Amino acid sequence: MDSHELLDPFDKLLADVAAPARTRELEAGKPVNELWETLQESGFLDALTPEVAGGVGLSLHDAAPLLQALGRHAVAAPVAETMVARALLGREGIECPDGPIVLAPLHSLRSAVTPLARVASHALVQIDETLVLTPLAAATLVETGVHRSLAGVLSWGSPPAGPSIPAPAVGLRAVAAVLRACAIAGAADRLLEMTTAYARDRVQFGKPIGKLQAIQQQLSVMAEQVVAARLASQLGCAGGLPPGLEAAAVAKQVTSIAAVPVAEIAHAVHGAIGISEEYDLQLYTRRLHEWRLADGSESYWASLLGAARIAAASQSSVDFIRATAGS
Amino acid sequence: MFETLTLSQLPKEDEALREPVRALIAEALQGVPTSHRARSWQGFDAKFSQALGRAGYLGLNLPKAYGGAERGPFARFVVVEELLSAGAPVAAHWIADRQSAPLILNYGTQAQREFYLPRVCRGEAFFCIGMSEPGSGSDLASVRTSAERTSTGWRLNGQKIWTTNALHSHYMIALVRTSGSASDRQAGLSQLIVDLKAPGVTIRPIVDLTGDAHFAEVFFDNVELAEDALIGKEGDGWHQVTAELAFERSGPERIYSSVVLLDAWIRHVAQARGDKAEAIRLAGRLTAQLATLRAMSIATTARLAAGESPVIEASLVKDLGTSFEQSVPALIADDLGAHPDEPIDAELYRTLLYVSHVAPSFSLRGGTREILRGIIARGLGLR
Repeated sequence: MDSHELLDPFDKLLADVAAPARTRELEAGKPVNELWETLQESGFLDALTPEVAGGVGLSLHDAAPLLQALGRHAVAAPVAETMVARALLGREGIECPDGPIVLAPLHSLRSAVTPLARVASHALVQIDETLVLTPLAAATLVETGVHRSLAGVLSWGSPPAGPSIPAPAVGLRAVAAVLRACAIAGAADRLLEMTTAYARDRVQFGKPIGKLQAIQQQLSVMAEQVVAARLASQLGCAGGLPPGLEAAAVAKQVTSIAAVPVAEIAHAVHGAIGISEEYDLQLYTRRLHEWRLADGSESYWASLLGAARIAAASQSSVDFIRATAGS
Repeated sequence: MFETLTLSQLPKEDEALREPVRALIAEALQGVPTSHRARSWQGFDAKFSQALGRAGYLGLNLPKAYGGAERGPFARFVVVEELLSAGAPVAAHWIADRQSAPLILNYGTQAQREFYLPRVCRGEAFFCIGMSEPGSGSDLASVRTSAERTSTGWRLNGQKIWTTNALHSHYMIALVRTSGSASDRQAGLSQLIVDLKAPGVTIRPIVDLTGDAHFAEVFFDNVELAEDALIGKEGDGWHQVTAELAFERSGPERIYSSVVLLDAWIRHVAQARGDKAEAIRLAGRLTAQLATLRAMSIATTARLAAGESPVIEASLVKDLGTSFEQSVPALIADDLGAHPDEPIDAELYRTLLYVSHVAPSFSLRGGTREILRGIIARGLGLR
């Protein structure tokens, strides 16, 4: 089965179970169980799990449209993270629990702010060169205090226990960054759609504001960033799971850069309605800001990518890109 | 939205062109300083173009019957990427290969194809584009240069300006008015192939702010052209020119104009810089953007390969690409200037200032930023 056959049913499923009203309920504290059971039954949580382990066995490259769809629908559960955890553990013959899993590289037994930590039951954490799947029951979760945020910082008093596998050489953060890049690309696409539709409908000065050149030029800039984000996130997925460091860096750097103007223009065109809680725009723009920060911002990844580029200074840019983040 | 632009692969058989063309380029560029290589598609070298032609790298998309290689747009992408990445002097054949030849193939008569296309493939017929006029820049439909029918063909009067390479070209494909008046806009326009050696043609070079004279004014004073100067259908000029611009806008030259400078700066940082932290971050940022633009450019090429005319996609990549190209000299200048006590190679300095000075043209040639964004807005359904 290829990803195109899967995308349409997945998109329909998400439009139903992750409709904006559902997301609002989850953000207000409703347990994720009901949504999660539907996703579990759908089989999509095992999209990346090897076929021998009972999954669909999609490559990360083929799964990119699904990962973007999760961002498009602002799904308030760690679906992409769980897909990847199940794939990595399934390859090593380790069976996963049914619940939602987040990915968390640990530093001194403490995670960075991790999106959706509040609705997860487990975390796949990286300690040194090892990944450990551990229940969150034993972890301390500190909420961010940000309005409607489901993110949190996870920490442990002693090394968390659970089944373990060797960490991919590139590190868990690079894996998470590619998933986040796809989510940004998906949400950015949704925002472009909403903002363009609004510009066509909203009448001022006797005509739709989308007829004004000043608005058209802003939406064109937004469209460029949206397409760049999609292609960059695809580049991140192109080499499969785990991604290469440079490809992950390109994906998260470019999508993080895009997140800011995309959110900015979406709000600028919408005017005051866009910053009201009642209107759906904020479901996506708040996430863009959270996701830009998560798993390393643009500067974090630029530094890693730049170090590799300068170390290969005798190579041309074209050759460097072809070798590391080409298509 | 714009889902048609999606990650695409360069086919293996086209990648195979890379090594041999690279060898040819390396030979031609021996001893050529960086600041000259930075001129790339402004750099004129007829002998190099002819060498490319002999080796079969021109007219890659043209049928074999006309001397072409009969390969798809991906083959051209690979060869063009190599030429631009190295800063090879491609100006002589650039426009003929990129847009004049496809135009003649698509709209020309059999006789026109047989006459012009083999010459383009051999690097013997150089073309320039006759679009802009003193009164017609972004508003291209307002052109006033006119051709009237005579008993033997056409009589051409008027003026073109900002014509790249007019001085070194054999032919111009000019957009002219063949009926009606400027108020008829897109109606009544046609494209004519003008032999630039014809009596009545005067070409006056225009020196630019870098000291180069790559563009020119071209005057037509009762220039008599034969009947077969018309390319395509009389009155179809606007439609044809739009298709031509899609070729002009969709190539990888819209992302690589500053790449010679970028690579020279990276070598400089690697050799001369102690604390590299900030430069590393900048190199990473520019590399990530370029990798993404390259993927977008290949995705646009895939639309061409699928037989489409990706007007909107090409506009999107060109606007983002030229913004990147223009940011490169500005950011590198700040980086170098932030280390005033670090010696800079004079050649790097010249390259930086050359690119800084010429960079505004990146988003003028082939359609301004504002025009491109208008096309994207149309793609969004806003116009």
